[in-house]
Amino acid sequence: MSNTVLQASHINKYFYEPEKFQVLDNVNFEVKKGEFLSIIGKSGCGKSTLLYILSTMDTDYEGNLEMNGSRLTGLSQDRLADFRNEHLGFVFQFHFLLAEFTVLQNVMLPAQKLGKYSTKEIEARAYEKLKLVNMEDYARKQSSKLSGGQQQRVAIARALINDPTIIMGDEPTGNLDKANSNLVFDIFRKISHENHQTIITVTHDPDFAKGGDRIIEMSDGKIVSGGR
Amino acid sequence: MNLNLSFQIAKTHLLAKKRQTLVAMLGVTFGIAMFIVMISFMQGVNQFLEDSALDASPHVRIYNDVNTQRPSILDAVENGDNQVNIVHHQKPKQQLARIKNGLQMVSMIEQMPGVLGVSPEVSSQAFFNNGPIQISGVIAGIDYPRENRLYSLDSRIKTGSFKALLANPNGIVVGATLARKLNVKVGDKVSVTTPLGGNITLRVVGTFGFGIGTVDNIRCYTSISTVQEMLGKDASYITDIHIKMHDPLQAIAFGKNLSKQFNTYTEDWSTANQAILAGEKIRNVMTFVVSMTLLVVAGFGIYNIMNMNVINKLKDIAILKATGFGGKDVVAVFLLQAIIIGLAGGLLGLVIGFGISYLLSISPFETGDMISLKTFPVVFRAEYYVMGLAFGLITTVLAGYFPSKKASKIDPVAILRG
Repeated sequence: MSNTVLQASHINKYFYEPEKFQVLDNVNFEVKKGEFLSIIGKSGCGKSTLLYILSTMDTDYEGNLEMNGSRLTGLSQDRLADFRNEHLGFVFQFHFLLAEFTVLQNVMLPAQKLGKYSTKEIEARAYEKLKLVNMEDYARKQSSKLSGGQQQRVAIARALINDPTIIMGDEPTGNLDKANSNLVFDIFRKISHENHQTIITVTHDPDFAKGGDRIIEMSDGKIVSGGR
Repeated sequence: MNLNLSFQIAKTHLLAKKRQTLVAMLGVTFGIAMFIVMISFMQGVNQFLEDSALDASPHVRIYNDVNTQRPSILDAVENGDNQVNIVHHQKPKQQLARIKNGLQMVSMIEQMPGVLGVSPEVSSQAFFNNGPIQISGVIAGIDYPRENRLYSLDSRIKTGSFKALLANPNGIVVGATLARKLNVKVGDKVSVTTPLGGNITLRVVGTFGFGIGTVDNIRCYTSISTVQEMLGKDASYITDIHIKMHDPLQAIAFGKNLSKQFNTYTEDWSTANQAILAGEKIRNVMTFVVSMTLLVVAGFGIYNIMNMNVINKLKDIAILKATGFGGKDVVAVFLLQAIIIGLAGGLLGLVIGFGISYLLSISPFETGDMISLKTFPVVFRAEYYVMGLAFGLITTVLAGYFPSKKASKIDPVAILRG
């Protein structure tokens, strides 16, 4: 049990606009430490919705969510923000860096928010993470000047800065060409196998999913295979 | 919450959009600069009017009110509830405008604490004859050294001098406008007739201007004894006692006390100058209304810009929230931007406001006979600047708060999902 980092039980979720519609129907699964998990399924099957519930940003659901042994369902927004800051890392489909900041500042921000280390240490750690994604040469560049693939790698470095337990990706390769997709995949692979950080991604890319440890397939708001 | 970090983000946001920041700042700058100029100028005008009113009028005036409304003798002798007395068109009785024991009162009041100076006067209506034309006015017999102490007469002189009154008992100092009407200059003779028919010819030894039409237009000064002689009265005949205090505000209570003590009529400056005091209040209200309007307009400008800023930064807010920034952090980021804009714009406004006020205070202002005004009246007081900055900050914080609050409520999921 100590091996389990995420446990979702009986997750139900409804959309009310334009009319009541059940997006997630009694979703149950758990994720082990260091696991590289992919969630696949057709558009509209609820996989992104599930990911945003797991991310703690969406709190409008029924059921129970536990991560790192603590129950997250029902916590206040500010407590959840602190939890995300410390234990979760995010990589999104549209890279999403803060355009006005440099690459280094983008990576450093979550660590500065956490405030566990001094600015000097944070900078050193940020360089370390940038090295991991091969972006250390661009540290002082304005992030809006980078290409899509480069931005996505910086976003991964940012997700890693606080050594989170779980890294979540919403189609992290969705906007990238094959070469960049492979680069991102290799980084994820390395993180999960060498650092034993858990990775949960939603993806449309079958190659990306196959490379992971486990695939959860969803259809019409239910897990049809791979759930445990 | 990490204010330092929020400040860093706020700073980056502001510097990234320099022109927008500048426009927002200039809104505040303009508002506060105008506030400073308006209030400094208006208060300057108030001060000037108050000063000129207080300068030219006594703080307390003691006089004998000639009362035409007196009870008839019939009422005094035959009165009762079951009768009605009718006296047609009763005339006032022959009554002197003199203050009894006026000169003794002067020396007594002079000893009282808080009194700057006391000056006895004999004043009378008079006609100034200029050929066939008669111009009515007031002739005031004064004790020059005393009166000078009260009204600094020497500084009001336009030609000639008041001192000549001491040397020449038949000298007269004429109000500047009156002198022009009579077409007299220093050295000319002027013939003065009293209402009772006395006539005297005096020599003009000077002209003066207080800068107040009703004074310069009708008033003349000569020595007390000349007026007493003109009216055919004795040397103890005094009609007015003018008193100035060290503190004008004390005059009101002081005047009431004197009235009781000597059983005479007294009038203090606030009663005599009610119009000026009322005007002052109205100008104060106007200043504040206009300044507030300017600041509110600037506030709406900031509100708009901050709102736009929040909308432009929706993605950034979503990322910040996803990476663990709480609602308070987001509020801090945007509120700090508003505060920086308010503070920088406000300080610049103070500098510009001071600059304009200063320029105004040295620009020449031609007022004709108003000798005491050579430039626009402007007062410089630190509290206006503190007030301006405080108002500026309050408006910007209020204008920034609502967009910030909105930003903190943004649901990151809706934005990140696209």
